[in-house]
Amino acid sequence: MSDIRTETMTVNMGPQHPSTHGVLNLVLQLDGENIVSAEPTIGFLHTGIEKTAEQKKWQQVIPLVERMDYLGAQSNSLAYCLSVERLLGIESQIPDRVVYIRVLIAELQRLASHLVWLGTHGMEIGAISVMMYCFREREQLLNLNEMLAGFRMFPSYIRIGGLREDLPRGFHAAVKEFLDKFPGKLEEYHKLLTKNQVWILRTKGVGYLSKEDTMAMGLAGPMARAVGIPYDVRKTFPYLKYQTFDFIVPTHTDGDVYARYLVKMEEMRQSVSICRQALERITPTGVYDCGDYRFVPPPKDRVYTEMEALIQHFLLYSQGFNVPKGECYVPVEGPRGEHGFYIVSDGTNRPLRVKARAPSYVACQALPKMINGGLIADVIAVIGSTDVVMGDVDR
Amino acid sequence: MADVHIPILTTTVEKMVQWARRSAIWPVTFGLACCAIEMMAMSCGRYDIARFGAEVFRGSPRQSDLMIVAGRLSRKMAPVLRRVYDQMAEPKWVISMGACASCGGVFDNYSIVQGCDQIVPIDVFVPGCPPRPEALIYGIVQLQRKIDRSRMSA
Amino acid sequence: MPDSQIDTLVAEALRIAAPDARIEPATAVDMPTAYVDRDHLVEVCRLLRDAPALQFALLADVTAADFFPAEPRFEVVYHFACLGSAYVTVPGASPAPARRFRLKVRISGADASVPTVTGIYPTANWLERELYDLMGLRFEGHPDLRRILMAEDWVGHPLRKDYPVQIRKDSASWEPIQLSAEEFAENVRATRARAHKAAEKR
Repeated sequence: MSDIRTETMTVNMGPQHPSTHGVLNLVLQLDGENIVSAEPTIGFLHTGIEKTAEQKKWQQVIPLVERMDYLGAQSNSLAYCLSVERLLGIESQIPDRVVYIRVLIAELQRLASHLVWLGTHGMEIGAISVMMYCFREREQLLNLNEMLAGFRMFPSYIRIGGLREDLPRGFHAAVKEFLDKFPGKLEEYHKLLTKNQVWILRTKGVGYLSKEDTMAMGLAGPMARAVGIPYDVRKTFPYLKYQTFDFIVPTHTDGDVYARYLVKMEEMRQSVSICRQALERITPTGVYDCGDYRFVPPPKDRVYTEMEALIQHFLLYSQGFNVPKGECYVPVEGPRGEHGFYIVSDGTNRPLRVKARAPSYVACQALPKMINGGLIADVIAVIGSTDVVMGDVDR
Repeated sequence: MADVHIPILTTTVEKMVQWARRSAIWPVTFGLACCAIEMMAMSCGRYDIARFGAEVFRGSPRQSDLMIVAGRLSRKMAPVLRRVYDQMAEPKWVISMGACASCGGVFDNYSIVQGCDQIVPIDVFVPGCPPRPEALIYGIVQLQRKIDRSRMSA
Repeated sequence: MPDSQIDTLVAEALRIAAPDARIEPATAVDMPTAYVDRDHLVEVCRLLRDAPALQFALLADVTAADFFPAEPRFEVVYHFACLGSAYVTVPGASPAPARRFRLKVRISGADASVPTVTGIYPTANWLERELYDLMGLRFEGHPDLRRILMAEDWVGHPLRKDYPVQIRKDSASWEPIQLSAEEFAENVRATRARAHKAAEKR
């Protein structure tokens, strides 16, 4: 048998593939079904958002930046607005009501992103009905987005200095209705998957990444928490008054696909709890921006009657505002881990540099470590568990 | 055969063939960016596309009729798009979904092809950023009407 | 968090540990920042990770800003985070307090190269490749410095200030490659050999 000539087979999991979560190219060397080596190629969705952002005014960058990580869109705009507000120095002027509304939106966005993750992850492993159920829940969340700003995926509701406008009528009731129904649905997903023998066989022991490797590769989100590193930006470097909310950070020690699944499911339950606490602290109507009309537009009735308000409105929408010279990076716990925007200002009304710290980018870099030595069927499970979004990888 | 444009022998056959073709258009998965999420939402329970026949998203271009270019097309991806389009078997149609695929969208820069009709011929453009699933369904229905009206051999 | 107190804390610790590195603290609104010269960059990064008082385990980001036409043209920026008790880099040591730190290196446009920190923080591999691709900065000692986001045959570095935002260029389509059977077999053999070498290196 030893003189049979064997060679490895090169298989291209190309940019067009149903299961690579977008346009990721993996060139795999296979020895039968085992993977000898994997080489990811990215850049097929490179959009030049950072270069385009240098041409826009500060507030015009928000829609661009939302389309980067398109599943956690409002987490992106929140991170950008926090960085700009800290550089402007108006961080302390943001009223509490705005802070709690932002927390509510960020946690609802985390739920929406985790629902897409669970749906696509389940569908690729074979549990197609999980995708149908998850997208049904996601439709409720997109309805909430639509109530806020008329747009399902990219509401651009979080603006520099506050919010776009006040909460609509009926928002509290709608959120409360969703939060009452959702834990029951979460139990449904647990019943379908968590003790399912097929699910456990496909995900336990697959895609293991050790603690040292995880930290060396810069992974700082659910992937780190699944291997025993209890780092969550909301607890370690709190922003938006998260230190006043009561929630735990779920961790696990196994570091495989099943552990990441458990961590994210528990994160969803904690998000529901944070949303309930935030909802209690928000009044149905009230203040929705910092009131500093150098950065936020004055209310429309004043614009129509007062000269000064008209001038402020005009200046904001024609030339924008100047941000003092300097740089700023405020990290935020997004659905995929720590992300934030490093902005550099040269004192004008356009950014000099906007750089997004993309958690999916470093996760793609760690993919070969998790895939090598495994089976080709496990590649799908691993890519699903790392939850890469190619818009964030390629920007 | 003379240049007769009025089909006499094949007219009812043509109607039947075109009806069969448009009632079961199977798309190939070509989701690139955010529009792909709305395309997935369209195929799920609320905006069920299966009632229009386009339920099965085939992974392989050889087994599909329709390519929905969903998302922004970068210059690095353009040869891949052309290659996948060439691998599809006739008859095939292309829907350009979203502003980025139709005209470059918000991103007028060095890296995005300003409209994927520079690479492949497009039948229906669906505007939006991203278009609502209902808008995409309307685009598919328009494509079905277009197929009804067109010639069998086209 | 009183910035004036922590502003110089990390810079002071670094100055004591590496006296010949020219570390100058800078002011920033969000986290302590310091400039270092590029010859001592690797030494300072190693200290940041391994010194028991510092223990910056996470390299969050490597990025750069282009200040064309002012000189020095580029500023390469490294963001570090110490995770406190969540992760201890020195086995057996007590955890350092959780904080963040930014390190900057100024380089000129004519000589835009910096030593790589991939040996200390492996995550810098792709982060530095992106900077090479988009900004044209060279990283000495990098194991695999080639383009990552743009196409392999792209000319120019898009994120530089002297590169235009919009270019009018026909996009490449796909032409079938005319290869003989021997060339094809040779290509396959070369790809396999390269992949085997990469697999063995790991």
